[in-house]
Amino acid sequence: MTDPLFWHRLQFGFTITFHYLFPQLTMGLALIALLFKIRALRKDDAEAAAAARFWLRVLGINFAVGVVTGVPMEFQFGTNWSRFSEFSGGVIGQTLAMEGVFAFFLESTFLGLVIYGEKKLGPRGHLAAVAALFAGAWISGYFIIATNAFMQHPSGHVLEDGKLQIADFGAFVFNRWAIWEYLHNMSASVITASFVVAGVAAFWTLQGRAREAAASLRMGVVAGLVSCALQLFPTGDRQGKLVAEHQPVALAAMEGVFRAEKFAHLAIIGQPDVVNQRLENPIVVPGVLSFLAYGSFGTTVRGLTDFPRDQWPDNIELLYYAYHVMVGLGTLFILLTLAAAFRLWRGTLAQSRGLLWLLMLAIPFPYLANTAGWLVAELGRQPWLVYGLMRTAAGTSPRVSAGDVAFTTLGFGGLYALLSILFLFLVGREIARGPGT
Amino acid sequence: MSAFWYGAVAAMFATYVVLDGFDFGAGALHLFVARNDRERREVLAAIGPVWDGNEVWLIAGGATLFFAFPRAYAAGFSGFYLPLIVVLWLLALRGIAIELRSHLEDPLWRAFWDAGLCAASALMAVVLGAALGNVLRGVPLDASGSFMAPWFTNFRTRGAGGVLDWYTVLLGVFALVALCAHGSLFLAWRNEGPVRERALRAARVLWPAVAAAGAVAIAATKLVRPEIYRSLLSRPWAWPLALLAALGLLGALALRGRDLMSFLSSCAFLAGTLAATAAGLFPVLLPSTVDAAYSVTAQNAAAGEHGLRVGLAWWALGMPLAVCYTAYVFRTMRGKARAEDH
Repeated sequence: MTDPLFWHRLQFGFTITFHYLFPQLTMGLALIALLFKIRALRKDDAEAAAAARFWLRVLGINFAVGVVTGVPMEFQFGTNWSRFSEFSGGVIGQTLAMEGVFAFFLESTFLGLVIYGEKKLGPRGHLAAVAALFAGAWISGYFIIATNAFMQHPSGHVLEDGKLQIADFGAFVFNRWAIWEYLHNMSASVITASFVVAGVAAFWTLQGRAREAAASLRMGVVAGLVSCALQLFPTGDRQGKLVAEHQPVALAAMEGVFRAEKFAHLAIIGQPDVVNQRLENPIVVPGVLSFLAYGSFGTTVRGLTDFPRDQWPDNIELLYYAYHVMVGLGTLFILLTLAAAFRLWRGTLAQSRGLLWLLMLAIPFPYLANTAGWLVAELGRQPWLVYGLMRTAAGTSPRVSAGDVAFTTLGFGGLYALLSILFLFLVGREIARGPGT
Repeated sequence: MSAFWYGAVAAMFATYVVLDGFDFGAGALHLFVARNDRERREVLAAIGPVWDGNEVWLIAGGATLFFAFPRAYAAGFSGFYLPLIVVLWLLALRGIAIELRSHLEDPLWRAFWDAGLCAASALMAVVLGAALGNVLRGVPLDASGSFMAPWFTNFRTRGAGGVLDWYTVLLGVFALVALCAHGSLFLAWRNEGPVRERALRAARVLWPAVAAAGAVAIAATKLVRPEIYRSLLSRPWAWPLALLAALGLLGALALRGRDLMSFLSSCAFLAGTLAATAAGLFPVLLPSTVDAAYSVTAQNAAAGEHGLRVGLAWWALGMPLAVCYTAYVFRTMRGKARAEDH
């Protein structure tokens, strides 16, 4: 409780986790709203136009909470992590500033026009504004991921006088890690939006408002199936191989592998016992981990004990659980969207009450899977703040006390609880009202 | 190269104050110039489509400071830990108040967010002035290159001072008056009917107050950091900036009835004042009150030369785009703001 590092990590972890609940919907929903707008204009489809208008209203509320919880993130690099900022600002400051200049201006300018300007802009102009909003949101995602990718797998930098500087701008901005992490993250964002769209449409259908729901139900299920498939392959597969190659110790912790194994098993269930260095009550599939990580069943996967203890991630249990929650949920999502897509294709989805209930109840789970995925990335990076270059403990602001950070963390907790209530209340009202027929 | 980025960061922050400044001014004044729900929605229709884009200038300016002068960003942001967290909470309240207010018809709901918008906007105006005051007065940076400022101590500007002292509070009050005056001219330009009338009436009171408070602020700054004026006098290239501020003030005082011109004069006054101040402070980013040798400057805080050059390439591409978006949204939203639009 008196350790500032603990509070700095908790504050950043809490505020970023809460913040990211909103952008993940914004980015995916911007794509879905754009698809609705295109369909409405090309096919003169009034249902698609109503769906677009409805989801843009939700996006407006969601975006507002995303903005007010996002501003603290950039401030915190300086307020809470000043030694990290001074050490790496010459590099990661670039992508953060590029996000502001290339994405935030675009996104915020056109959000105002999307929300307030439909009448002034006309149908084509409004579609263009939605397209610009979509572009802004997705460009913003790239620059943040490129920043994170540098911390995961530094590239294009040089160390001068104890500080990181840009040596190769292309290698930094188009870091191979950034590209796969981005695609994996964006398809996850589309999963969240698809499940929200499909789940809300399932709710309307169950209420007997099938006509209002039809366009959203179809879009949600189809976009959900496509994004769930992309999440597994190629994006998840390639992201996993990058972790195996560059962060093997994180891979060992994610899978609970303590000792090196040939034909390494994939644990479906199990609890890591870090003290005794073994996996309790495991249910495993032999050989699969070797195959997934290295492309062949016989490859040896190194275990945690092959690495010095001071390089182990510092919360192996949470890392292991987060990884298994992410992968487990991802698998269930594929099964659910496959079943729903099959019924949709047969034209019986609106009558399949069981499946509609499942779709409706599934709404929170992509948020859990996204959060778990980010926990895997960030806990897997530990004990490093910038992988191999700066330890997390060395990055905090030296003069900011544990008590001050505890105090403001509680303040953020209260503010964010209030924001959650307001968000759920206002979005709940919109959902109850629906797009109309 | 570092001189260019000093100018770029100063220009971005000045643009932020000019643009978000009228949001804060309008937000602080709207309880007084808009008396019923319809009028309040007219005010919100004027700032609703632009406040978020305006706030981006703060984010983009902060991030530019981060990559061009990492040491300044690290020392400044960590030293003002608690005040900056409070800024974040105020900005959150402001944004939420604008966006959520009109979702419900209920008068209590709307009264709550109206009061929240007024309080958050007025306090943000004070904060911006006090922040400028802190940068001008300096902070207790020591040999470690960091500092931690308490909220306030004995309200003196020398020795172990706090974030608030007589000088920074004075600049906070000046900023509140100036941004309210700025916001009143913005509302006079963007609105019509009773809102415009009352905004103009407010402007007639506020602008002479700006002139008076500005004179006091100039005299106080002469006491607290006289170097600024010596530097300004020795740098003829900066004189037009001071002239711009003076002409802007005159225009805002004199141009009655020409709404757009008065508002642009007000923008020129704020931009000129901030630019001239930055020109006088250059090359210092954050002066040390302990020893001038510990001050954070454009030279000792700059990132590597290669990074700064690469940054120039994309910055020169991106900033004109940002200016175009801002111009485009103002063009699309031209004409008087109407209650139906919020």
